[in-house]
Amino acid sequence: MVYDFKSRRIMYGLTLFFIALSGFAQMPIFKRYYIADIPGLGWLAQFFVTHAIHYALAALLIGFCAYVALDYYFARKNSGTKKFQITEDTRISASAWVKIAALCGLIITGCFMVVKNLSGIYFSHGVVIGLDLLHLIFCMLLLGATAYTWVRTRSWIC
Amino acid sequence: MRSPISRRHFLKTSFFAAGTAIAGTSIAKAATSADADKEPLVTLIDISRCIGCEECVYACQDANAHKFPEPEKPFPKMYPDRVPVEDWSDRRDVTDRLTPYNWLYIQYASATTKEGENITLTIPRRCMHCQNPPCVKLCPWGAAKQEKNGLSRIDAQICLGGSKCKDVCPWDIPQRQTGTGLYLDLLPAFAGNGVMYKCDRCYQKIKKGEQPACIAACPENVQTIGKRSDIIKMAKDLAKEKDGYIYGLDENGGTNTIYVSPVPFDQLVFETGKGKPHMHPVKDTMADGSNLAIALAIAPIAGAAAAVGKYYRQMKEEA
Repeated sequence: MVYDFKSRRIMYGLTLFFIALSGFAQMPIFKRYYIADIPGLGWLAQFFVTHAIHYALAALLIGFCAYVALDYYFARKNSGTKKFQITEDTRISASAWVKIAALCGLIITGCFMVVKNLSGIYFSHGVVIGLDLLHLIFCMLLLGATAYTWVRTRSWIC
Repeated sequence: MRSPISRRHFLKTSFFAAGTAIAGTSIAKAATSADADKEPLVTLIDISRCIGCEECVYACQDANAHKFPEPEKPFPKMYPDRVPVEDWSDRRDVTDRLTPYNWLYIQYASATTKEGENITLTIPRRCMHCQNPPCVKLCPWGAAKQEKNGLSRIDAQICLGGSKCKDVCPWDIPQRQTGTGLYLDLLPAFAGNGVMYKCDRCYQKIKKGEQPACIAACPENVQTIGKRSDIIKMAKDLAKEKDGYIYGLDENGGTNTIYVSPVPFDQLVFETGKGKPHMHPVKDTMADGSNLAIALAIAPIAGAAAAVGKYYRQMKEEA
């Protein structure tokens, strides 16, 4: 069965692209490698701008994930009624489970990092480094899984 | 060079100064005890007392010499060509600005008093140790750290020298030395550029219950360290007593270094630039992130509400 979720696919794709871009912009690489010199991309070298964009897109992504997860739950609960495309036979694909795990990891580590950045909050140095590395690992896992599903045209549900 | 205003005010303020010194000693003792875990340590710098003798500068260098970089030369070729080599290893004796080998320097400022007298003030300048330090919070590697006692420092074993901490610091405090640190073991040609250095408020001394070197060495008791609430009260009392002005209380959301000056800070004239920080008002650079954190908390609720709303709408249409 082909599911028509074009609008949410576009929204998810754009959010993922810009949140990853603003996330990588937290590293001082775009100025070094002239990418921020490309007209229109100067903002990539402005750390406070990319930081705010990353937060705003994270809010969007978390809200979107909550919406899609709950929507899927309700759709399965009411499968069979004509308004819902999801049926009892609908399953989440294996590659989607990898992406879901990576997204959960990114959201959990990201939330801790947001708390860490608030004034008066102290995390131990080991925890901060661990969060930074885990966030990067989950990001690479999500991008890898996304690239795989894109090339192999795997869907989230099957 | 000693400011004339400090001489004139000496007798007038001697009683207050003696009280401050006594209180400062006791506060310092308290501050280095278990209380430091509960409240950040703050230093008060009374600019009118500074005579610019640079005792603090040399004490800082002596106390932290073991932390200074010993870069390997020749430096690895870095790509692309725009990546700057920053080498201070042959200029270790520079004391008129911040460098990787000089974490504290004396800034000379000229000003005119309310009475119309031209004076020169000498101001010890170093890391402000912000309450919410962007250098620490935005370091992509976790190389910079903040301790519960409010000091922020950079771990030279982890820092890759990308200089982001300097870019996000409102005062451009951290200084880079090329040719040292972890980046040499990774991809020295393509990532990193050394290690960033700045005042770490002598964390090793604080741990032992001692005062930072610059404070202990000062013959004029220019600096006082203590618990934040005590020092803020002391700074306000001092400003009131001397009809002075405060810097650092609100800058960048509040710092753990408070300056009190006899002249408004916007009337101080001094050289600023590389390694020579300004004293302008600074807005809270981390405020946008803190405000957006609220949006992050609301986001899942909004998403779930949208899904529930859609579900009930569909069920209604179905019925």
